Amino acid sequence: MLSMTEKERIEEEIRQVPVKRAACIEALKIVQEQRRWVSDESIHDVADILDMSPEEVDSVATFYNLIFRQPVGRHIILLCDSISCYVMGLKSIHAELVGLLNIQYGQTTADGRFTLLPNPCLGTCDHAPALMVDSDLYRDLQPSALAGILEKYT
Amino acid sequence: MERPLTQHITFPPLEIRQYEAIGGYQAVRKALRHMQPADVTALVKESNMKGRGGAGFSTGMKWSFVPMTVPGPKYLVANADEMEPGTFKDRLLLEGNPHQLLEGMIVAAYAIQATEAFVFLRWAYKEAAVVIRKAIQEAYDAGYLGKDILGTGYSLEMHLHTGVGRYMCGEETALLNSLEGKRATPRAKPPFPQVSGLFGKPTIVNNVETLSFIPHIINKGADWFKSLSRTADGGTKIYGVSGRVNKPGAWELPMGVTMRELIEVHAGGMQKGYGFRGALPGGASTDFLIDKHMDIQMDFAGVAAAGSRLGTGTMVILDDQTCPVGFVHNLEHFFSQESCGFCTPCREGLPWTEKLLWAIEQGRGREEDLDLLLRHTEWLGPGNTFCALAPGAMEPLQSALKYFRDDFEKHIREHRCPYHDPVTAAPASANLHHTHHL
Amino acid sequence: MTIYIDNKPYEVKPGKNLLEACLELGLNLPYFCWHPALGSVGACRQCAVKVFKDEDDKTGRLVMGCMEPVRDNLRLSIEDPGAKTFREQVIGWLMTNHPHDCAVCDEGGSCHLQDMTVMTGHTYRNYRFSKRTFENQDLGPFISHEMNRCIQCYRCVRFYKDHAGGKDLNVFAAHNHVYFGRCESGTLESEFSGNLAEVCPTGVFTDKTLHSHYTRKWDMTWAPSVCQGCSLGCNTSAGERYGSLRQITNRYNGEVNGYFLCDRGRYGYEFVNSDQRILQAAMRPHSNGTTNKDHILDLVAQKVKNGRTIGIGSPRASLESNYALKLLVGEDNFYLGMSDTDHDHTSIALKILRDGPVRTPSMQEAAQADAVFILGEDLTNTAPMLALAVRQAAQRKPEADALGQIHVAAWQDAAVREAVQDKHGPFYIFHTVPTKLDELAEDIRRGAPEQLARLGFAVAQMLGADIVPVTGLSQEDAALAEKIAAALMAAEHPLIVSGYGSGCDHMMKAAANIAWALQQKGRNPLLSITLPEVNSMGLEIIGGHRLDTALDVLRQGDADTVIVLENDLYRRADPHIIDEIFLHAQDVILIDHLYNRTAEKATVLLPAGTFAEADGTVVNNEGRAQRFYQVFVPKGDIQESWRWCLQIAEKAQIPALQGLRNLDDIDLALTNGMPSLAALQQLAPHAGFRINGQRIPREPHRYSGRTAILANENVSEPKPAEDVDTPLSFTMEGYRGEPPSPLIPFFWSPGWNSVQSVNKYQQEIGGHLHGGDPGIRLLEPHLNGGPHYFHEAPDTFVPIPGHVHIMPLYHIYGSEELSMYTSGIAQQAGEFCCLYLNPEDLAQWNITPGNWVTIDLDHHACRLVATPNHWMPRGLGAVSAGMPHSPVVDLPVCVKLQA
Repeated sequence: MLSMTEKERIEEEIRQVPVKRAACIEALKIVQEQRRWVSDESIHDVADILDMSPEEVDSVATFYNLIFRQPVGRHIILLCDSISCYVMGLKSIHAELVGLLNIQYGQTTADGRFTLLPNPCLGTCDHAPALMVDSDLYRDLQPSALAGILEKYT
Repeated sequence: MERPLTQHITFPPLEIRQYEAIGGYQAVRKALRHMQPADVTALVKESNMKGRGGAGFSTGMKWSFVPMTVPGPKYLVANADEMEPGTFKDRLLLEGNPHQLLEGMIVAAYAIQATEAFVFLRWAYKEAAVVIRKAIQEAYDAGYLGKDILGTGYSLEMHLHTGVGRYMCGEETALLNSLEGKRATPRAKPPFPQVSGLFGKPTIVNNVETLSFIPHIINKGADWFKSLSRTADGGTKIYGVSGRVNKPGAWELPMGVTMRELIEVHAGGMQKGYGFRGALPGGASTDFLIDKHMDIQMDFAGVAAAGSRLGTGTMVILDDQTCPVGFVHNLEHFFSQESCGFCTPCREGLPWTEKLLWAIEQGRGREEDLDLLLRHTEWLGPGNTFCALAPGAMEPLQSALKYFRDDFEKHIREHRCPYHDPVTAAPASANLHHTHHL
Repeated sequence: MTIYIDNKPYEVKPGKNLLEACLELGLNLPYFCWHPALGSVGACRQCAVKVFKDEDDKTGRLVMGCMEPVRDNLRLSIEDPGAKTFREQVIGWLMTNHPHDCAVCDEGGSCHLQDMTVMTGHTYRNYRFSKRTFENQDLGPFISHEMNRCIQCYRCVRFYKDHAGGKDLNVFAAHNHVYFGRCESGTLESEFSGNLAEVCPTGVFTDKTLHSHYTRKWDMTWAPSVCQGCSLGCNTSAGERYGSLRQITNRYNGEVNGYFLCDRGRYGYEFVNSDQRILQAAMRPHSNGTTNKDHILDLVAQKVKNGRTIGIGSPRASLESNYALKLLVGEDNFYLGMSDTDHDHTSIALKILRDGPVRTPSMQEAAQADAVFILGEDLTNTAPMLALAVRQAAQRKPEADALGQIHVAAWQDAAVREAVQDKHGPFYIFHTVPTKLDELAEDIRRGAPEQLARLGFAVAQMLGADIVPVTGLSQEDAALAEKIAAALMAAEHPLIVSGYGSGCDHMMKAAANIAWALQQKGRNPLLSITLPEVNSMGLEIIGGHRLDTALDVLRQGDADTVIVLENDLYRRADPHIIDEIFLHAQDVILIDHLYNRTAEKATVLLPAGTFAEADGTVVNNEGRAQRFYQVFVPKGDIQESWRWCLQIAEKAQIPALQGLRNLDDIDLALTNGMPSLAALQQLAPHAGFRINGQRIPREPHRYSGRTAILANENVSEPKPAEDVDTPLSFTMEGYRGEPPSPLIPFFWSPGWNSVQSVNKYQQEIGGHLHGGDPGIRLLEPHLNGGPHYFHEAPDTFVPIPGHVHIMPLYHIYGSEELSMYTSGIAQQAGEFCCLYLNPEDLAQWNITPGNWVTIDLDHHACRLVATPNHWMPRGLGAVSAGMPHSPVVDLPVCVKLQA
């Protein structure tokens, strides 16, 4: 079930658009913000509030990279795997992360602390390699700096 | 040298009063109070401003296609979904001077008599989201947005929409689908968005850099704009360089600087121990330029004459320590993951090229693979696919096959990558949405 | 205009796209995502051709045929090497993930993907990497799902969602992982889901009922048939092997059903294979232990000859069978085998359509209407394919508006939908309970049927109908009536729909008044009326006495023998009435397919052929007579009902039927006896019809096993059965070319093994079949003289204390008798024993929801489960109609409630 906050925020988004279903992506973002991911149940809840079918909502939800349809950890690591970072040392950053976290792309650490995801170009190519943890951008990365960065997230 | 776009970029950016103090929102006052919408469009047309999103279409021309007599809402969208790999110019404008963008949007919206405007911002630009949201609020408070702007009778509502990650959203019709809350698949053209766009209404989608320039054209005129450039394509351009150079970065320079000047002067030359092999001049979906192109002028026509595209103007450099096959594999991995899955050649052809490149990179390549790759670059050409994603994806591949064919052959001959261990790409399952996929 | 294809000039119609133009010219150009009923989206890139600027242009430009309009003097090439290579490569791409499992795929042999693969010349797969794999879903009893075969043409979602309004099928994920299905396993909700099997160009969505007794398309014996599921008469092809019916597929008819069928029509065929079938002639009590057919016929003939016999016809039997029975028993002794309410409704419908000035549209015409007003019908449940048609009609107005704005062709499906967004044209629904079409309606009105019909009369009055003014309307109702009247006036082709669905004939009268008034105002209205059964209209045209009078005749001893034709009388009137018929009749002779409650009590059973084992003609709600053909030679004594009648008549020496032997004979008698049906002589070629001296084969020329098919019984190859009734043969021998449209058993063309081959049979893609669509309209508007309006609106509905007025609720699954023998349909049927009542009525009568209540039906008590339904106005109840075992049959009815 959607929380009161989620409902209110989604209804606010509905007011901004000419047809209810146009608020679909916003609604998914709101749910994900509250719950970190979008469960099957949430798909049904969002469908209900937008007068859409679950299939219509999930069709949208599964299209986008950053709507998570599977559980994720407390913190999301988005490692830029695009071309400038590739040139500037993606491989060593990735290797270091895998070593530190003991997970592969798409996986979540056993303690539920981190999920490691690949991400297309973060748009900070002049400071490659780069990654984001949640909303924080880290640039000009050296493998040696990663342990320190991860420590900040509990 | 004038740098109209970037001279007032600061971190944090100027607040509205500071922005006004340096002449901000004068273009809004001038356009809304003293110019007819058609005059604004005419002026932009006269300036010969070409869109900075990559395609290089005349901005004024685009605006002039909007049917002005159709009743009902019209929309203006700033395309801030900067997701072309190797591109980082709009981030600068968004984070460093959001009011400049807003001012450009208000003027553009006025020119087409839009009733609502959207900033479509990519998810990863968290800082930009904060400053734009603040700037929009400030602009409302100052009366530049909302009902009856500056008492002129013109009204405009503006919203910030943050995306949820898909390269396709950069394609203007896919972006509109996304704004409608749908899957970001491209739409057939015609009808063009100018006629039937967001919610089926006339809509203009412009790049951030394009829109940020509008206030300056209004204030200083078309001739001034043209005079900024070294070539027939007017204005300045934000150029960028990333890769193994000493000072990677982005700079506003007169349109038409040479690649040599960019790399050697502004980017400080190649890093010690790294040699130049080639560069993608304007993002991942442009053809390689190589040594012999060092002195071409980097404007739309100049780069096109060299067999590539100016694209976004932000260059990625391939150095001599990086495997060209691996480099192109990285690009094709990106493109095949970002294919929306609508049309056959893109959906099926890109993963095939990716797999071929990976096989070659790992030393499992076959002689005939090169031919198959080459034929893909033809089959996935413009017009054969539904939108420009796959043709763009083929640009670096076709030029790599041309300029670095020896490297490909060496991989196949030696059954290994002569440069370095292959860099594994993330599997598709790493994106957490493939609920039906085994 | 002229276009040049590979340098040859061709004349083409403007407004088409290049793909359509090429197909229309008979040229082979492969395609997947384009569908004539769904338009173009440019997804598959399969129909690529080269277009040249002028004669000198040698390079050309690759374009997608489906996305490019024809222009005068346009030059294109199909044969261009670049275009050919590209088309082959498109298949190459599709094959990177396709499992190549044709041998075990139900689509194999009728697969568009196979055909297109061969057409492009793609033979060698040079993709050497692993394929992606998907999980499949259980989509319910009708459709199998095998996603690994998917070639992502997007047709399924475009049909299911965009065309049919389904909500629970969609596309998920992106890039080469796009997945078509539901969120999770579960029965598809759409009543049109079966079309997925035909829309899908390969084996992702296949017919699950076919799978349960699978046979390849080429191994079936086919005949052109007509759906028996409702009054619309959709055209079908029925396929048999080993004596059982295996599959119903769509048979394209450019005026009736077009490319689609509803699921009741497609899957409701299992009764043909039921173990409840009556196979042998039988009698009670057994005479000397024999069930010899001739012996029984002799006995029956004697009764007919010597006794006083009446006949009860049937709305689910053919014109021929009804007419043969009518002549057998004598005109005065023929009774309509429909409930008295159904008769009332059908006779009014016939009167409206035959004597009124307004045309009743074919379904394809209905789909072109630009305003729709539905009175008292839940079309999805009473006439499903008409619901699909009006769903398209709801798009016409906004579509026309959008096309005026965006200047693209109407077949640019995605662009048009984008411009239309969620807009609908003028669309109004009056119905007591919610319907699936409500989502399209601008305004909906609920209430008791009489109340709604009154408001319908008010609309007619506002349009100038000369009727007694409707008084006492609320301000809101008056405003709505005015709005609807104005919208209908403003439309080019307003469509008014009504019918039997509410059990209230005032609905039809209101609809007729509205249509007639529009006509008087110089508009071009269309009037559609739904009827209960496949041949309700035909039976009504033949005419006979009311069923209740049959009982009187028996009671008074004026008759002692009843011949019942293809009818379970217990579905026609409440059980105590039918029981009385059996009480008074000495002999009840039943000619029918299935051992039902009537069969249980009949003294003589004569096994009748179903639509699959008989030839005959039925008349749909539009007054269109259509012929269905025998598919296969049935087991046992089964034969056409009309043939039973002829054989009885022969022995009983009935002069009117003497010497009649076959279908042509009975049809000649029919048209001679009923001049209004004279046009039936032109309905289809007679039995003697031959092309090049050859019959039309029911079997494809690849039919296998004919010499061995009965080898387990006898190794000698049996002599093929002969067809004395039609020009069709029961074998694979015969004319291989295109038959006349009424005689097309299945669609096939060289290189086109799937249903897509229908392109080759059409005058214009998506238009009429060559030589005109089969079927003949018997009812045309009566244009001379003004309309005879129904003057009196019904009185306001007022609850009667202590009573409840029960209206029928029809359900696509359950309300029709024969389709309920299909388990997938029975599974989804509605409740048979619920009495839906307003919750406040329940409270007032002190009834606990879910408890049994007893109602008094003609002094017979029967029990129903009280079920609250807040759509029911006070004093009105509803019962699911036509359900097996339903205690209340003849609806509507006013009953006393015993709380």
